[in-house]
Parts: sequence; structure tokens; C-alpha cells
Amino acid sequence: MGMTITEKILAAHSGRDEVYAGEFVTAKVDLVFANELSGIVTLRVLREWEGFERVFDPEKVVFVFDHFTPNKDISTAMIVKELKAELDQYGITYYESGRNGIEHVLLPELGLIAPGDLILGGDSHSCTHGALGAFATGVGSTDIAAAMALGETWLKVPTTLKLVYRGQPPKWVGGKDLILHTLGKISVSGALYQAMEFSGEAIDALTVFDRLTMANMAIEGGGKAGIFAADEKTLEFLADKGGREGVVYHSDPDAEFSDVIEFDVSDLEPQVAFPYLPENARSVSEASDVKIDQVVIGFCTNGSLHDLRQAAKVLEGRKIHPSTRAVVIPGSQNVYKQALKEGLIATFIEADCAVSTPTCGPCIGGHMGVLAAGEKCLSTSNRNFVGRMGHTESEIYLANPAVAAATAVAGHIVSPEEVV
Amino acid sequence: MQIKGKAWKFGKNIDTDAIIPARYCNTADPEKLAPHCLEDADPDFVKKMSAGDIVVADENFGCGSSREVAPITIKAAGISAVVAKSFARIFFRNSINIGMPIFESEEAVYSIDEGDEISIDPTAGVLTNHTKNTTHQLEPFPEFLQDIISLGGLRYWVEERLKSAA
Repeated sequence: MGMTITEKILAAHSGRDEVYAGEFVTAKVDLVFANELSGIVTLRVLREWEGFERVFDPEKVVFVFDHFTPNKDISTAMIVKELKAELDQYGITYYESGRNGIEHVLLPELGLIAPGDLILGGDSHSCTHGALGAFATGVGSTDIAAAMALGETWLKVPTTLKLVYRGQPPKWVGGKDLILHTLGKISVSGALYQAMEFSGEAIDALTVFDRLTMANMAIEGGGKAGIFAADEKTLEFLADKGGREGVVYHSDPDAEFSDVIEFDVSDLEPQVAFPYLPENARSVSEASDVKIDQVVIGFCTNGSLHDLRQAAKVLEGRKIHPSTRAVVIPGSQNVYKQALKEGLIATFIEADCAVSTPTCGPCIGGHMGVLAAGEKCLSTSNRNFVGRMGHTESEIYLANPAVAAATAVAGHIVSPEEVV
Repeated sequence: MQIKGKAWKFGKNIDTDAIIPARYCNTADPEKLAPHCLEDADPDFVKKMSAGDIVVADENFGCGSSREVAPITIKAAGISAVVAKSFARIFFRNSINIGMPIFESEEAVYSIDEGDEISIDPTAGVLTNHTKNTTHQLEPFPEFLQDIISLGGLRYWVEERLKSAA
């Protein structure tokens, strides 16, 4: 019987010729990573474990401090200090503010992800890296500790939900719109315990950055992974990163899928997910009466150079609405530098945006744009749960960076077409 | 710990931000987290519940973030088990790993009302509703997971492997 990409990667990492959905495997990992919030629990767990002396391979373990950094308060500062001292002892590389990025934007830039890899991250959005043809999944701190000690993890081979996108995405429609539309159809538990495999000519037409955005939100459908077959665009994206070559896998024609769902995106409008779930997706034209107090552009979902370019196209020569606050957060230090060179940062500042160093900050109600009771925010992030960005009586609307920029100008939710 | 107490019912898609909001996650200390257990789903929950009580929820409980402090907070608050129609997968793994008892049963969740007195026999996989005088079979865990659970959590699975590798 044929295998899916996911089954092939898990077979290759567990020393088997074939594995199929439902089997339990113990699989070798190519990269294990954590941030300061998951990582502090991991290191405290490891201290207790009998027989643990060293990490299986310090070259394959990375920590990125991104959630509440630059440290937002004393408690966070204490956590980061504790981590640094111990990571130095283990010889593990970590990335501090000023050299970092949001983990899922930074790791591909560093050449740490290759097609065919098995990646384990202490963050639910670790599924982002499936965009590059890897099997990447998020786990908790104890699972990260186990993988750091053993170099392997246990996994139940997931069934694969095949999602096929037909047609060419219209202008201002990108990966964010495709995934929000998909979540609107399948719900936030529609892919529970499954791998979501994305394909079709609309996917071929997308940039690698758009695919990273889609894979990022696989977890929002309950997915264990979001995965794309690596193609020429993927290999071109990876070519200058200095990473390993990897192995490109495709699902066999006779592979078994739990379901195949087809979408025609030719007439798809930009999408907006209403509070309080990412599945509440509607067309932007149905959202135009919503007045917005804050716009945030960035995050692991939409913090790439491509995303900032989309936003800058809309903001060039325009000003943010006087009653609206707009925050722009480049996804990594490298994205920040490139955006500076291309003049994007100047565009944002001239438009009256607040530009921040890379951080997850406001997405989790940490810092750099926390919401008051009653405030409404349009964000390019991935979650609009109750209280996610601040007060429990605030509201979050999710959309792509161009919609976010247009909304910042208009002061209410609007399609970029209406502004540009 | 004996699994016996009053049922507290929650709806579907209870996310980890509702279980323990990120604004409190600048610490990983269970005692500091416990007073905020399920705060954004029910601000008075910790005041109302007693040690040993059981959280009963609809589908996809624990969706969202990978924060292990979610099951840690529920355990530290004194909840003895969570019964749901289904769990989000990272929350499911985290609960097994830290030894927080969780059980799946559509039928049990459907029949339990808030305030019902519940007890669970994890070995037999049976939930008893003392208020309604009914019993319900809970979904058995796959054999692979039963091994980890019977060892006492992931820690012991890892320690065994480290020992055999040494």
C-alpha cells in the first residue's frame, strides 16, 4: 500500500521500511527546540531525571527567547537568566533579543530545517516548518526534555487529511486567506490528531512564505502537522540558508487519506476570522462595519519580509487613522534588517506605525500592544481566543497583512482594494 | 489520589488561554498558577471548586498553545481528573506526561450535569455517577500509552531508556 509524506518521514526516522496511520513509533529527531516559557519547564524537569547528564546532540537543540522578550518584567528576566546559565553548561545555542526572531521565522532562516526532517518544538506553532516538506509538530515541555535526553520521541502515526486548492488566488489573497477559509470549513477540531497535507495548483502558485503561514495554522484545526511536498520554490528558498539538503517526499497515488477536501479559490475574497475562534472566517466585505482600535502586523504567522512588503504596499504614502494604533513587528532580526534596507521600515514609521523589535509579545497579551476592555484589534496572528491579547472583554479579528494595513488606514475593517 | 468529587461542566473548545491565561505564564511555579485555573472560562471557578472535583468538558478540551502549565495548573488547583468528549492532542500528551488523569467518553459527558457526584476507577475504566446512579465505560488508552501511564509518566519511560543505553 502507498504511503503519505507523513508516513514516509516517520518510517525513515524509526528505522522502518513502512509505517501506517495508527501505529506507534519511536522516531529519531533532527531538531529539538524550545522558547523561554516552554524551555524553563523543560530544564527544571531534566534536573530531576535520573541518568540524565548531557543532551543527545547539542548541535540539534536550539532555544529561542521570543515570547516575553525583550524581558517584559522581573519574572521573565529571572527565567531567561536561569535558562542562559544552564544552556551554557549543556553547550546549547540560544538566541537573545537583538540576534533572535520569533522561533518559527528564525529557524528556517538559520538553515536548521530541511525537507524530510522530523522536527519537535516546544511551541504549538512548530507545525509551521511543515511548509518546507518536514514533519514538524508542537509538544509540551516534558516531551522536549525527553527528546533532548534521548534524541527520539514517541509518536502515533497520524492519518492525513488531504486539502486540495484549485484555481489561482486573486490579488490580495494569500496563504492566510486560504487557511482561514479552510478552518471556516473544517472547524477548529476538523483535523484533530491528523496531518493536514496541502496541495493543488493554487498552492504551487503560492510563495514559500504563504505556505509557512498556512502550515503555521494547522494547529488551529487541531492538526498534529501541516505538510507540503517540497518543490522548486522550497529548494530555492533553502538554497542560500546553508542547511542540510534533506529528502523530498511525495505522497504515493495509492496512499490512504482520511478525507480529501477540494477548494476553488478563484473567487475567494480576503478572509477575516471573527472572535473568538479562528474558524469564524468571513469574507472581508462582510466585516466592514467593525471599528478597530489596534492593528498588529507580524508574528510567527505573518512576520516574514514578504508579509511586510504586502503591508507596505498599502501603507506607502498613507497615514494610520487618527484613532487607531498600529504596531509592526518584523518576525526576525534578519527580516528587520532587510525591511530597513528596502525602505519598508521608513514607510511604516512615516505612516505613524509603532515598529517593534521581534517578539511574540502582544499575541499572547504579554507586552507591546495589550488590549483594554472593549477594544477591538485586527491582528495578523493566529489565535483570537477570549483574553488572548489582553482583557477578556477585548476582541481579536484575524486577517492577512494587506487587510491589516488597509484597516489601520481606514480605522475599520476594509479590503486593501478600497484603500489602494 | 482518589478520583471522586463534584462535576464542573465546560463547553467545547476550551483553549489553554482559558485554562491558564498567558498573562500569568511569566512563572512556571504551580502554586502561583493554581489560583488562576480556568479563570477566563469562569472567573469564580477556583473559589467554587473543592479539592478532588472533576472537570467535565465537551470536545477539543485544551486546544491552542503547547503550554504544559495548562494541565499543571489544573492538577495544582486540586482537580482530580478531566473527562471530555475529546482532547486537543498536545494537551493530551502533556497530561499523560505529567500524570494528570484524563478520560474520554462522549456518553459520560452527555449524561453528567453540573454538580453530579462522580467517581472514576481508572484501572477498570469505569465512571460512576452517584447522583444519577449510572455507570459509564471510558475509552481505553492504546497499549503503548498504558505502558507509559503504568510506569508513572514519561519521566520513567525516559529513565528506563537512559539506563539501557548506559
